[in-house]
Amino acid sequence: MQRESVKPAPFIYHDPQSRADLHDLLARLENTKLLAGGQSLMPMLNMRIVAPDHVIDLNKMPGMDGIAIGGDHITIGAMTRQANLHDSPDIKEHLPIMIAALDHVGHFQTRSRGTIGGSCCHLDPAAELPALCSLYDAEFDVSGPNGARKVAAQDWFQGYLQSALAEDEVLESIRVPLWPAGATYGFSEYARRRGDFAIAGAAALFAWRFDATIDRAAIVIFGVAPDPVRLRELERDLIGRRLDGEAIHTSAVAAKRIEAMSDPYVSGDYRRRLAGIMVERALTAAAQRAEMAA
Amino acid sequence: MSDTRRITLIVNGRSRTADVETRVHLADFLRQSLGLTGTHLGCEHGVCGACTIIVNGRAARSCLMLAVQANGAVIETVESLGDIDALSPLQKAFSEHHALQCGFCTSGMLMSLEAFLRANPHPDVAAIREAISGNICRCTGYQGIVEAALVAAAERRGAA
Repeated sequence: MQRESVKPAPFIYHDPQSRADLHDLLARLENTKLLAGGQSLMPMLNMRIVAPDHVIDLNKMPGMDGIAIGGDHITIGAMTRQANLHDSPDIKEHLPIMIAALDHVGHFQTRSRGTIGGSCCHLDPAAELPALCSLYDAEFDVSGPNGARKVAAQDWFQGYLQSALAEDEVLESIRVPLWPAGATYGFSEYARRRGDFAIAGAAALFAWRFDATIDRAAIVIFGVAPDPVRLRELERDLIGRRLDGEAIHTSAVAAKRIEAMSDPYVSGDYRRRLAGIMVERALTAAAQRAEMAA
Repeated sequence: MSDTRRITLIVNGRSRTADVETRVHLADFLRQSLGLTGTHLGCEHGVCGACTIIVNGRAARSCLMLAVQANGAVIETVESLGDIDALSPLQKAFSEHHALQCGFCTSGMLMSLEAFLRANPHPDVAAIREAISGNICRCTGYQGIVEAALVAAAERRGAA
């Protein structure tokens, strides 16, 4: 064999094809990394930011991808490709906000392999799909050698690049509760270049009463803090109000008060300011969608 | 420690079998084991787009896949498009509309647009710009590339 220059540090590759084999590997091996779509892990391997002893490839695992509609929820397999979500008529009908978000997830050349489960386990602070999971209070189904468990979205996010997944567990699927018919959404994010990591973004959902006041609200900000930030106090305050200019302004002001990360390129102050603008745009879009539907 | 596997895949219509170290990514395998150096490597973390190829009909970054994961896959690289005596419509349009200068990004641009035009026979300028937003050119600029894509799309429609 020709001598090759290799970038990732040496590891042993495993490609289990059954739950039993996968759980056995997870129970037995140490310093492992699970490889889903590879659009975050492969860069980290190539640059040797991570150097696992074992890489467990999930791409041959049966039954880990697909979209299933329940009565009041939608279940998405962890290995479902972002491109397949983007093209799915079910997602278009039931979770149109996800298609708006996916337009910002990398590029079509990375969405072809990138998975929702990979995004939700890697947990880049700027990642759109985990932010939607937070917005919807999704539930994460995980399994491991010690059995299966469900993790609520509010417990899933454990800080910078850190999910609640244990070392010997794997994310199986994500259960997204659906909002009532007539609910509208808004999504907005800002990045310096198309497809880049967002500096700040916001997503919002509103369910409406017959008199066009707010029945239920959910607002999330991403890219600003290590985890997606839900504005729960504001969400409660908005109930019973109209989503008019004043309410949107109040929301933008609230968004600017969250704690923000600072790095050599983007200051916390700038992130906070952008967070306010993103919330303003997301809420304006949600209000416009409600008006169009009325 | 060397973890190797034997893989068999179709590359540009030809079946290839090779022993690969499992940590080798697909772009290095194509370039170094198969000698297909048309696929270029810029950033090796999925941002620049130079290594874009078509895997099972979909454009993908060959630096973000392990070669071992391509076992059984159908791969198309820039070498599949045409050659110096018989350029593909897209390559010809690139040549005629000054869509390349140094050429480093070109193979990735071509393969992104090849996949895009197959799925979108009637693209507008905005859609083409979106399609190549994941391919970075640092010398020619994008105007010629967009023009070439429009011309190639029209020619492909005519030929179809």
